[in-house]
Amino acid sequence: MTIDLSLLPDGGISWADASGPDGHIVLSTRIRLARNLQATVFTTRARDQDRERIREQVVGASREAKSLADAAVFRVEGLDRADRQLLYERHLISKELAGLEAGGAVRPGAALVLGGDIGVMVNEEDHLRMQSLHSGFALQRAYAALERLDGELGARLPFAFHPEFGYLTACPTNAGTGLRASVLIHLPGLVLTKEIAKVLQGLSQVGLTFRGLYGEGSEVVGNFFQLSNQTTLGKSEEELLDHLGKIVRQVIEYEEQARQVLLRDAPSVIEDKVWRAYGLLRYARSLSFEETMNLLSGVRLGVGLNLIKDLGVYTLNKLMIFTQPAHLAYVAGRALADPDLAIARATFVRRSLEDEAGRIRPQAN
Amino acid sequence: MQCDHCGERPAAIHLTQIVNNSVTTLHLCEACAAEKGVQTGASVAKFPLSDFLASMGKGAAGALPATTDDTPCGFCGATLKDFRDAGRLGCPHCYASFERHLRDLLRRLHGSSQHVGEVYLPPEAAAAVSGAPAGRGHLGELRDQLRRAVEAENFELAAELRDQIRVLDDH
Repeated sequence: MTIDLSLLPDGGISWADASGPDGHIVLSTRIRLARNLQATVFTTRARDQDRERIREQVVGASREAKSLADAAVFRVEGLDRADRQLLYERHLISKELAGLEAGGAVRPGAALVLGGDIGVMVNEEDHLRMQSLHSGFALQRAYAALERLDGELGARLPFAFHPEFGYLTACPTNAGTGLRASVLIHLPGLVLTKEIAKVLQGLSQVGLTFRGLYGEGSEVVGNFFQLSNQTTLGKSEEELLDHLGKIVRQVIEYEEQARQVLLRDAPSVIEDKVWRAYGLLRYARSLSFEETMNLLSGVRLGVGLNLIKDLGVYTLNKLMIFTQPAHLAYVAGRALADPDLAIARATFVRRSLEDEAGRIRPQAN
Repeated sequence: MQCDHCGERPAAIHLTQIVNNSVTTLHLCEACAAEKGVQTGASVAKFPLSDFLASMGKGAAGALPATTDDTPCGFCGATLKDFRDAGRLGCPHCYASFERHLRDLLRRLHGSSQHVGEVYLPPEAAAAVSGAPAGRGHLGELRDQLRRAVEAENFELAAELRDQIRVLDDH
């Protein structure tokens, strides 16, 4: 089966449309809630028929939930690898559920329910991983949508809950609220001023953690960091979100400060850096994904500093998504491997920037 | 270049700081940098907390005190050893089966084992408690009272509230 991405509500990338608050620094906000069914073996220990029953129950309840009225439902097993990769590149499914981990296969019973900016992964590490994905820095908005869905599903499915330990999860690191909120933030200023290590160290001291672009276990590329709460128990949902929100707000301020320092102390270096990045993206004939991400980071900084005008942050966000392997293969209509992949990537980037190029002129000194 | 701190050893780490909008660069030798708790960007990036977290389930399970207790969970048959090996519990009932161990572990992981967030009432229990709609938050008030009672060290009231909450939960 091949997914028609146009059938997904908003194509599944409304989270990247740069419309949200602080969109020039914060790409997106994601919150997930882990839930499990009472008196049911956790996914990884369950037998195939148990997981099938779990899938039926959760998908059945999802179909009745108003929050998921327009949702598309996928059996992950029924999707070919390219489609699973596509959903993963859009941040709509975890690597584990998509069966894309090294040596991994799709777990029987795995399913994905996708509404516009809200969805449920079924038979991930926990029976349900509800998630809400929003553009920009939007913790409250993302949580409001998720809270509604949690209420709708929790009234139809008996979730495992313990008076002392809260919502029970397969891994005790998620017990209690089951809530993990993460903010995907672009911090080139802090990286260039070498302040980043200190900021990241500080995060762990205040109970937060960071990951790379794709969450758990992923590497930091393009100066994008996912900041999230480390603990899930002993604090209420509101406290967790409030705390993360305050710290992220502070990190945004540090980043803006760092950018101003760069602009003040080394304006020509920065200007050269962002325009070099733009030039390479605009004219290169072969690009690796990592190089693309790093160059996009430079251009994004240039847009944020108003050195590059008339280039939309949305265009840059889309490039981050569409220059990944499965997306390039989707556009090409066939599987691609290097060197073709790197050439297709450079072509895609060049064409996207050409569309806006007429309006972009370096500032006269 | 000598270390700015000890002035003896050669500086190996150059720390750029922004303080009140101005940039200062500190040149430190490795020993002084370590003493000041400075980690280089490279070492931070190489060992991100994500790796730590990714392995936390397993690591945390491994941190459970060694026990000869191999009594399996009455519901799913998983043992503490299974948890230690896989980093995942077998079923929700494991939390009751291994309550003491898990309470310790949760305290170490989260700094607390007491959930203070939304309280949930499953659909069947909601039907049993007359008129209470299923879902989250309906025991919230009791939970708040319990929290206040604990904070005020009114343990008699706390125990009473706790029993009330248990009754509702056991339905």
